Amino acid sequence: MKRARALWLPLMFIAAIASLPAAHAEYADVVLNKHAEAEGVRPVVFPHWFHRVRFRCAVCHDELGFKMRAGSNEVTMKDIVDGKFCGGCHNGDIAWSPDRCDLCHSGKPGLKSGIYGGHHSTGPGYW
Amino acid sequence: MPRPAILRFAAQVLACAAVAVHAQAPPPDFRQWVAIEKDGVHDPRGPAVQSLQQPREALQPLAPDGAGNQVRWVEALRQGQINPRPRLHGTQPLEVRDTEIYLNLRGGTPIVKFPHLAHTQWLACANCHEGLFRKEVGTSGLDMRRILQGEQCGVCHGAVSFPLTECNKCHNTSRIGFHAPDGTPQGARAALVVPPSSTAAAR
Repeated sequence: MKRARALWLPLMFIAAIASLPAAHAEYADVVLNKHAEAEGVRPVVFPHWFHRVRFRCAVCHDELGFKMRAGSNEVTMKDIVDGKFCGGCHNGDIAWSPDRCDLCHSGKPGLKSGIYGGHHSTGPGYW
Repeated sequence: MPRPAILRFAAQVLACAAVAVHAQAPPPDFRQWVAIEKDGVHDPRGPAVQSLQQPREALQPLAPDGAGNQVRWVEALRQGQINPRPRLHGTQPLEVRDTEIYLNLRGGTPIVKFPHLAHTQWLACANCHEGLFRKEVGTSGLDMRRILQGEQCGVCHGAVSFPLTECNKCHNTSRIGFHAPDGTPQGARAALVVPPSSTAAAR
């Protein structure tokens, strides 16, 4: 009986871990939270996959001036409203306008800025 | 023909038909995408998860892959499954270039054949040149250790384009029977390949 309990406890522990919901973002989702939460809104989740279906890389990374390293762009709401960065499209013409706050500011509170997403190995660097 | 023989024959015909139908059916698609309300980055209590597009809806129709977004983006573009806008305001189209570059000629792993075409269909020249890479072949000091740290090719590969776990997508050319293009200096690390039909000026 004692032995049976010794076996069951670790098994239940493993089962509990395995049944936790797998939470991982889609590959290359970017979280922007330099200013968002400090200003009292949710962090921004930028889905690369959604935009890649509709735009080539050059639109944002050449024409709109987004540098290709997460965290190296100083994106403010003032710039966006003035038509810079996200505001190049999010102007109510090509895509929803900046007054639809919740659609972009949709992240979980407390997330750090950076690139998220699955299929990472446990190797070194930013793999 | 005695009865059992007829039955056996019929069963064989049916089995053959089943095999033929199965061979023609597309391979099963086992890809799965996490719904955004469960992905750990979107706030499931926020209003956006009701309205935003789900990855499955956008990505399932596209050419399948086993890593990253589970989509072969270059292939999806080639097949016309997507037609992403190349420019926002400028009327100037993206400058497409079809030269290829053999890299890693002196290494141990298979040679890298870098296609300009697939890259210039998505990116502007200025995204890579002269910042990440120099235009002159063989002068950029490519180093796998730096790529793995998110530099050089690793700025995109491993972050947004197919990840660095897919070694042989880049290291795609066997050394066995490989001959460097004419005019490649002895001991060179890299060599330019200009396709016969290319309009690009050879450098």
